[in-house]
Formats: sequence, C-alpha cells, structure tokens
Amino acid sequence: MIKFLLRRISFGVGVLLALSLFVFFLFFVAPGDPAAMIGGEKASETQLTQIRKNLGLDRPLPEQYVRFLGKAVTGDLGFSYRNQQPVTKIIMRRVPATLSLVIGAVVLWLAIGIPIGVMSARHPGTLRDRLGQAFILVGLSFPTFVLGMMALYCLYFLPRQAGFTLFPAGGYKAFTSDPLIWAWHLALPWMTLALTIAAVYARLTRGQMLEVMGEDYIRTARAKGATERTVVWKHGMRAALTPLVTQLGSDIALLLGGAIVIEQVFGLQGVGALAVQAVNNQDRPIIIGVVLLGGLFIVVANIIVDVLYVLLDPRVR
Amino acid sequence: MAVLEVRNLRVEIPTEDGVVQAVRNVSFSVRPGTLFGIAGESGSGKSVLTQSIMGLTPAAEVSGEALFEGRNLVGMPQSEMRKLRGGKIAMVFQDPLSSLHPYFTIGAQIAEALHFHEKISPAQARARVIEMLSKVGIPDPAARVDDYPHQFSGGMRQRVMIAMALVLKPALVIADEPTTALDVTVQAQIIELLDSMRRELGTTIILITHDLGLLSNVADDVMIMYAGNRMEYGPADRILRSPAHPYTTGLCRSSPANYEPGAKLAPIKGRPPSLLATPRGCVFAPRCSEATPQCASAPPPLRVFDDGVESLCWLEAAPAGAKPVNAAPDFAAKAKPEKVAEVRNLHLTYDVGGFFGERRKLDVLKGIDLTVWRGETLGLVGESGCGKSTLARAIAGLTPTTSGSIELLGRDVGALTPSEWRAMRRQVQVVFQDPYGSLNPRRRVGSIIGDPFRLHGVASGEERKARVRTLMEMVGLNPEHYNRFPAEFSGGQRQRIGIARALALNPSLIICDEPVSALDVSIQAQVLNLLRELQQELGLTYLFISHDLSVVRHLCDRIAVMQAGRIVELAESEALFRNPANDYTRVLLNASHVPPKLSPAVGRKLLETREITR
Amino acid sequence: MSETAVEETDVVQRGALDLTLRRLRRDRASMMALGIIVCVILLAVLAPWIATLTGHSPIEQFRETGMTPAGIPVGPNAEFWLGTDQLGRDVLVRLAYGARISLLVGVLASLAASLVAIVVGLTAGYFGGLVDIILSRVIDLVMSVPFLLCALALVSALGPSILLSVAVIVFFSWAPMARVIRGQVISLSRQEFVQASRALGAGPLSIMVVDILPNLAVPIIVYTTMQIPSSIVFEATLSFLGMGIVPPTPSWGGMLADASSNSLYLIAWWMVFVPGLALLMTTLAFNILGDGLRDALDPKSSRMARNLKRQKKAASKP
Repeated sequence: MIKFLLRRISFGVGVLLALSLFVFFLFFVAPGDPAAMIGGEKASETQLTQIRKNLGLDRPLPEQYVRFLGKAVTGDLGFSYRNQQPVTKIIMRRVPATLSLVIGAVVLWLAIGIPIGVMSARHPGTLRDRLGQAFILVGLSFPTFVLGMMALYCLYFLPRQAGFTLFPAGGYKAFTSDPLIWAWHLALPWMTLALTIAAVYARLTRGQMLEVMGEDYIRTARAKGATERTVVWKHGMRAALTPLVTQLGSDIALLLGGAIVIEQVFGLQGVGALAVQAVNNQDRPIIIGVVLLGGLFIVVANIIVDVLYVLLDPRVR
Repeated sequence: MAVLEVRNLRVEIPTEDGVVQAVRNVSFSVRPGTLFGIAGESGSGKSVLTQSIMGLTPAAEVSGEALFEGRNLVGMPQSEMRKLRGGKIAMVFQDPLSSLHPYFTIGAQIAEALHFHEKISPAQARARVIEMLSKVGIPDPAARVDDYPHQFSGGMRQRVMIAMALVLKPALVIADEPTTALDVTVQAQIIELLDSMRRELGTTIILITHDLGLLSNVADDVMIMYAGNRMEYGPADRILRSPAHPYTTGLCRSSPANYEPGAKLAPIKGRPPSLLATPRGCVFAPRCSEATPQCASAPPPLRVFDDGVESLCWLEAAPAGAKPVNAAPDFAAKAKPEKVAEVRNLHLTYDVGGFFGERRKLDVLKGIDLTVWRGETLGLVGESGCGKSTLARAIAGLTPTTSGSIELLGRDVGALTPSEWRAMRRQVQVVFQDPYGSLNPRRRVGSIIGDPFRLHGVASGEERKARVRTLMEMVGLNPEHYNRFPAEFSGGQRQRIGIARALALNPSLIICDEPVSALDVSIQAQVLNLLRELQQELGLTYLFISHDLSVVRHLCDRIAVMQAGRIVELAESEALFRNPANDYTRVLLNASHVPPKLSPAVGRKLLETREITR
Repeated sequence: MSETAVEETDVVQRGALDLTLRRLRRDRASMMALGIIVCVILLAVLAPWIATLTGHSPIEQFRETGMTPAGIPVGPNAEFWLGTDQLGRDVLVRLAYGARISLLVGVLASLAASLVAIVVGLTAGYFGGLVDIILSRVIDLVMSVPFLLCALALVSALGPSILLSVAVIVFFSWAPMARVIRGQVISLSRQEFVQASRALGAGPLSIMVVDILPNLAVPIIVYTTMQIPSSIVFEATLSFLGMGIVPPTPSWGGMLADASSNSLYLIAWWMVFVPGLALLMTTLAFNILGDGLRDALDPKSSRMARNLKRQKKAASKP
C-alpha cells in the first residue's frame, strides 16, 4: 500500500513538474517582454534593465527555472505584473469561491447522475429509460456556458421582469457571513455545472449497471431470495461503484474547465475568472500560478481516487 | 408425493430474430430424496427450463405448471417466489467464480441468504455459516469465512456455492452444470459432496449436465432433452444402459469411451436445429439414423415402456442396439523413426510482479523432455494450469522459453535467424481450442484459410482461391461458403475452418490445443473423426492436448501426463490406461466417469402410446 | 471426403455494412439527428448565398437599421430575420458563417485526434513492455492536466488563431480514446486468432493492420463521431473566453461571448438563444448519431434489451 501510494505521489509530482516546465518555457518562447509589461510604456531602458535584474530575467533560462521552482515549492510564485501583489495571496483570495462551486457541484452531480443512471438501467426500454437517456444526451450536448446563460435569462431575468426575484444574478457571498445567502447565490451555478457533468455520470452508471446486472453473481443473489432493491442497490451498486469512482478522478479536469466558464457567466470572482483576467492582461505569474494550482488540485484528487479504488476492490488490496 | 411436478411446461423467449422456443411441452416429476438428472447438449433448453421455473428469466414467457410441494411456481407473484428461492429451492451454478460476488466475503454472502429468510442475529448467522463451511469440506472455516472468492481455488469456490445453497436446508437443490468449469479430479469430489449432502440432509437434487457418464454414476432418474423437447425420461440405469430413443443412443455412441481406441466413431450427423422454427415432424428426424418418412411429417407419439422408460419417438422398440464397432485399431506401427520435434530440458519461468511490487518467480515448465515422431499422435494430458498449453505454445514458437532447447526437424530453433524461423513456421501449425476466438470475426473464411498462402507468398489470385476451395472440401465444408464470415458458421464448422488453415502449408507437425473441448459431444465426435481421417490420408503428425482422457485414449498412440510443469508419465496409450505407473495418472484415471457400455434392452415391453400435442 | 459433412446453413446473411445501415435507418432518432446535421452543413455551405440574399455581410455593422436610437440591437424582424448584435450585425448571416468554423474545427480536430489516438493506442497495446509503459504515462499525464487552463495559457502566449485552436483541441482530446484503443488492442492481442496469425509467421505490421485494426472499426467510428461535438464545444468555449477565433470573424462561441459581455443578452435574448440553440442542436445531433451508430454497429448493446421488452409486451396482449 505504502509503495503504491509512493508511486502515485511520484507520478503526481511528475505531472506538476511537466506542467511547470510547460508554462514556464511557454512564456519564454512567447513574444512580449515582461519587463515592459511591469514598467509600463513610459519606462526607460535603464528602468527596464533594473526590472530585469530584479526579476532575474537576465540569467540563463535553466537557472531561472530552477530558482522559480525552488521558490514555488515554498509557495512563493512571484508577483503579479499588474499590481505587484504576491501571486499566492491573489490566488488564495479567490479559492473559497471556486472551492464552494466545485464541491457543491460534485455533491449535486453525484446525487443527480447516479440515481438517473440506475433508474434508466433498471427498466431498460421503458419510458423511464427513455427519459433517462434523453437527460443524458441533452446534458452531454449542452455547452456549460450556454446552459448558464439560458438559466440566468429564464430563472433570474424573466422572474425579475415579472416583479419578483427567484435567484440572484450571480456573485459570490462568503459562507461565513450567511450560509443561506451563500447557497442561494451559488444555486444556479451549482445546478448548471452539475447538470452537464451529471449526464456523463448517468451514462456511465447506466452502462455499468446494465453490464453488472447481467453478471452471474446477480443471478446468485436473486436465487438466494434477495429482494429486487437489495439486488440492485447492494449487489449491483457495489460492483458498479469501482468504475464510477475511477471516473471521478478523470472528471476533475472537466470540472475545473467547467468552473472557469461558470465563473465567467455568473460573475463569480473565483480562480477561473482570475485566470481569464490574467490571460487577457498577459499577467504571466498569475497564469503560471493558476495552472500549477489547478494541476495540484487534480493530482491530489487523483491520488485520493486511487486510494479509494484500492480500498474498494478486494482483488487488488 | 413428488417434490417437483412439472406438467406441460413451455418457455418462449422473444429475441430480435423471432421467438425462441426454448422448452416445448416438457413434463417430469422429481421424487423426494432422489437425484434427478437432466442431460442434453448446449441449446437443448435444460438450463432455461430450471431457471424459468425459478422465475430467473424475466424476458421469457412461461406457461404450463410446475408444482413444488403442491404450489404452482409458474405465475407465482415475485414476493412469494422470493421466499421459496434460497429458502426452499436453492441453486448451484456452473462457474463458481463469476457466480460469487467479487466484492463481498464468502461469509457475508452465505449469511445474507440466512438473513433473507430467517430472523437471526449476525453472530448466530456466522456460527451457522462456519458450521456449514466445515460440512462442505472447507479447511479452517473459522478463518476462511472472511476471505473473498478470489482467494479460493475453483473447487473450493464451488464448495462455497454448495454451502450457500444448503445453509437453509432447502427441500430442493438445482445444480446447473456444477462441475463443468472444474478439473476432472475436482469434479469427482464435488459430485461426491453433493451426493453425500443429499443423503445427510435428505435434500432432493436436480443435476443438470451434458455428461452422461457422470449421470450414470449418481442419478436415480434422468430426462434427456434435445432442442427443448423431452426426448426420453425414466430410471437412469435403464435409460443410460439401454436407451429407447435414437438420440440417447447417438449421444452414448458419440463418446469415445464407448469404443476401442482408434476406432472410427459413429457420431450423430449434422447439428442441432434452430429453435425459432417448429418442425412438422420430430425435431431430431434430420439427424436421426433410424428416421423414416413418417418421422419428418408428423410429431412423434410418446411411447411408455414397462420398465418406466418413456420415449418421444415413432420407434416402438429400442433402436437396433449398438452398432458393431470396428474394433481393429488401424494405426499399427505407423510411426516412422524420424523426429519431428524434440524438446530437451525445457524451462519457462515468469517473473510475477504483485500489485504492490512483491516479486516472485512462477515456474510454468520445469524441465520438459519430449520427442514427437513423424506420423504419430502424441497426447498431452493434465489439469488446468499444469503447463500443457504453454508447452504447446513454446513448441509453436508463440511463447519464449527460459532455458532448454527445442529442435524442429533436427534444427535447433534457438539458433535460427529470423528469416529461417519464418520459413520454419510453415512446419508447425496450431489448431486452437476456442472455435469463436480463433477466427478473426471481421474477415471472410476464404481469406482466413488463404492467410498461410498470403503470408508465405505461396499462391495468389485464382490459384490461392482454388487451393482454399480444395482445403474446404477436404475438411467437409461447402467450398461455396468461401465468402462468408465466421459468425455464419457453427462451432463445429468453425473448428473445421481452423483445421483447414492449419493444413494449408502441409506442416510437419500440427499442434491441437484442446480442439474439441468447447464442442458438444455429437459435434466433438465429427471433428475427432475428421482429424483421424486426415491423418490417415496425409500422414500427419499431431501433438494433441486435452484434459479429456477418453478423447486422448481414442486418438493418441502415446500419452504424456503432465502435472505442475513436469511430465510425470509417458507411455504407449494402452499401456498407460492398463498399468498406470504414476500415482497422479491413477488419480486422473479414477476421477473420470466412463459411461456404461450399451446393452440391448432385454424384455422391455411397450405398455402404451400417447399422442402428444405440441 | 467425410461422410459426416456438415449440412448447409440456409439462412442467407447480409453483409455487415448493409445490416448496419438497415438498423440505422430504422432508428428514428438517428435519422432526425442526421437531418439536423445535414441542415447545419447546408447552412455552412450556403453562408455566402444567405449573405447575398439578405444583402448583409457577416462583419458589416448596420448602425442605422440594425440598432435602436439608444444603441440597443433590434430583435428579429423583416430585415434582420434573427435580429442583430451589439454592433448592428446580422445574427443570421453570422450564424451561417459561424457554422463553417464550428464544423471545420469540429471535424478536423476530431479526425486528427482519432488518428493520434489510433497510432498511440495501437503501438502501446500491441508492443507492450517499455513502449506501453511510456505511452501510458503520457496518456495519464495528458489526462491529468487542467486542460482548459493550459489551453488558455497556450493561447495567451502564442496568440489566438484557428490553427492553434485545432491543435489545442487535438492535444487535449486524443488521450481518452487512445486509452480505450490500447485496452482493446491488448485484449484482441490475446485472442487466439492473433496467435494463429503469429503461428503462421505474420509480422507485427500485418497483425496490426489485417487482424487487429478491422476489429477496432466500431469503437473508432463511434468515438470519432462522439468527439466531433466535444471538439465543437471546446472551440466554442475557447472563443467564448476570447481565446479562440479572432473577431470579427464570426463564430458561435464568439457570438455568445458578445451576448455575455455587459449581460447584453438579458435585453436581447436572440443573441444568446440563436447561437446557443444552434450549438446545442448540433452537438445533440452528433451525440444522438453516435449513440445510434454504436447500437447499429454493435447490436449486443442496449437496443436489443429494449426491443425484447417491447415485443414481450406486445405478445402478452390478448
């Protein structure tokens, strides 16, 4: 187990290293002079040289990378080109909004996707299955931002025109000030993000359940006299769970992508919105920081999923 | 009163192609405390019959009656059915690995059955589970109760399944091919266990199997099924010794155990009919050696004989006994003193990396010495995992070896250059076990059989086509089916395609890796005959791998017995069977069930004839 | 030569392609999806003709007729059938030209991604060993990367362009399919028909192309079809975030971004519903077609069960 964990962690570190190499060197082959961005258009040549020297930009590239890496490990990702604040601080301010969005969406999407998939698989060919399949297809096809904008139009704008407020337009309210307001503000983003990914899950659950329910051990359970509910939710779900958990790991990246778009649509000041702003401003330290943070998030989530997988399957334990 | 009384049961299963008539008008009754055997080839409806009685085939339309202790199971509401399932009627299935849930401990799975039917505390349930496990012969049950199915061997898993079935002391246990997935020696133990449990607990057992030899040893009554029909029904010792129905006779005759070694088998010709159409006459008529014009035109009546045998047939007396068997073995001294293959001190060791990196060595072959002479058939027998298939693959060059040498036609394979090796490939061909997996489903039969010509640049265009047609004719296939896909052929025909492909380049050695073990007994006999005929005509050399001793004895001149990567005995076929020198050989020989020799039914009288509606 | 010669199969079977087309044609949902896809293709092909018909070029700004005096875009009317956007451009014409981008990027990126996936999956699965370990690690790596963030970083560094969009989509899309193909190749390689070819002396290339590849046709066709909508959405997302197609070239994602800026769509609903629904219908159609193709190519899947149930019900009715 320890060995396995170490292997997964070392792979995770490898992913992060590859990511840091990717973003770091990306910005050195890219056109544009960072010093000019920091100094502004009016900066003189001596000022620019000074800035370069301060940032270590006059050193050879590999040396710069090693220094950057050394600092990054301690949590120091440099300063924003824009307002000279520490990158870590800027990002950390944005984390609560994104984390709220992501965790709420995961809970919702599992709560929606798995029951729909199971329902669809239990009654193949019936109306319920068709409704489930329709949900899956529409959910898979709906681009997140289109769904978000339509939801805003129908659930926020139209009711407000009619004279009452069903949902707020967006924005993030801290959980610590009032959990109810927090949840109310996040309700639409949660639903939007959860619905599109829930479809992926419903489809996977449906496929898994259809396969598992044809297995011999399900027949054994029935032959023992198990009720249909026990057969489906105990014997069936237990076997279908492992691939579902595995899928969870590879969907974290999808989730982060969705979060960026959702934050944009609903005006949530989260990490994703920060990334888009930074890209528009060519604020490279922020971009590097956000990419690495996203990578770290995925790596950690994947390690948790791998451990869960080993715990769930007695055959690999 | 009978434990189970089935009357006029019909099962129809709708599919995309039409309605499959899986069971047609079957009646039987099972006396308490007896072992009732249901026998038949695949597709005969024997498994569907019992599963639909139990309500385990949701798609099927079931009609008729199945009275269990006086209550009709057909059409019984699911909630009541559930109380019977496991509690009163338990089932044991074919493959114990896939029939046990991989994610629950065996203890939990057995205890679950208790909790479904009784109010019982977890501690009590556990105690009963452990008691039951020790009864079915699981060593150290108190410790093993918390293990998962994958931690048990095949035979032990089947014992667990039996414990699960018996833990509630049901009145009836339905065992559906409980030993088919197991090794010969383990099979005998499992059957013995079932039989002793029946005596100890007074449980009635229905045993479904394709193995008539097995039934003749343990069954009280038997029913022979074919294409959903009950062909013959009655006391086991009467039916299996002196069958009244030509189909039963044919089945017994298809088994090589009923013949002198080397004799030509008399198989049932043709193959089972489609279950989609209902023939006007007897379903067996097209394959029957006794068929009269009447058989094809009108459904047969039921003949009831005075010894309790009932037969669905136009014949009024048993078919004309066993045909005189060609007793003269016709392969005398055909082996010429030329070595085709010689294996010396062959070792094969795998490094197995455990999931968490714990490495160990797995010895598959531990010093094999073996010579194959031109023109002979060398049998290689042993149980699963003994290394017989690995050895075959090593000789065919499909598996690298660790040490030792393989010589083909006097040349050391290890010393060949890649291009010489490629040429050498022509000399050794393989016929594989799985008639479905061994043919590429996306390619036409013509190109599959023509592949050897293509790969070795032997013939092309029209010439290749002509040679493929000749090959198809040789193995008994219609050459006009050149353009068909493998899916359009039956298992036996596919095996013929595999043989044709192996023959294409006139190889010096053909390795047959369990070529008939996936086939039904009547089809198996056809393929065995084909292999013999080809050998006689073309002077082929076979290395024949099988777990079935009667098949090996029938076909092979010499037999090598393998156990755990070693050849423990190598002898002339008859010498080995008469005087086995090795203990393991003796265990193997004792474990295999040989069906009784057929004898004419003396003094059997026809009592009455009933018209049967379909 | 053998008296036990096997009798003929009387059933004449149709070819695989024929059977597939028949099954597909019977599937109403797939046929409707195909209809929608044909409409979108027509829209893209006929874009210049639509521009001539309406007399509006896709980038021309009609500040007089296309906007209210307050500078608000006008809704659908006789001149602008689907309304105008914030600069007074014709939404219909832009939609038609946007379809070109979506289809071009979607199809191109999917084909390229499939090609990469096939090559990588086949190589890793067939050769195994070190090759497999390295390629599998690469697949894992690509799959555990925050792809949208990386795509944004990439585009911001290199500057947006249509070619870069395609490249980015391909780079982040091939991995899941490669993983599936690798798995299939590994299980196919263990099949006896591959062993049989090896026993005959077939080389690796022959086995891969003749024996294995034809058996991968179903997953390849299905995955490529399913990849098209993903690629279209990926492109639209990039454009929506301002990192895809460079304005003023019309693209559906870009049109939605225009609608989103300053929440303009709340007063001009057509700006979001027109391109939004077009995007939804296109992806939906490809997804339905993919599902239908899978069922038609692989009849073992769910559809069989559905037909069974239906027939059973019909049969049990008196």
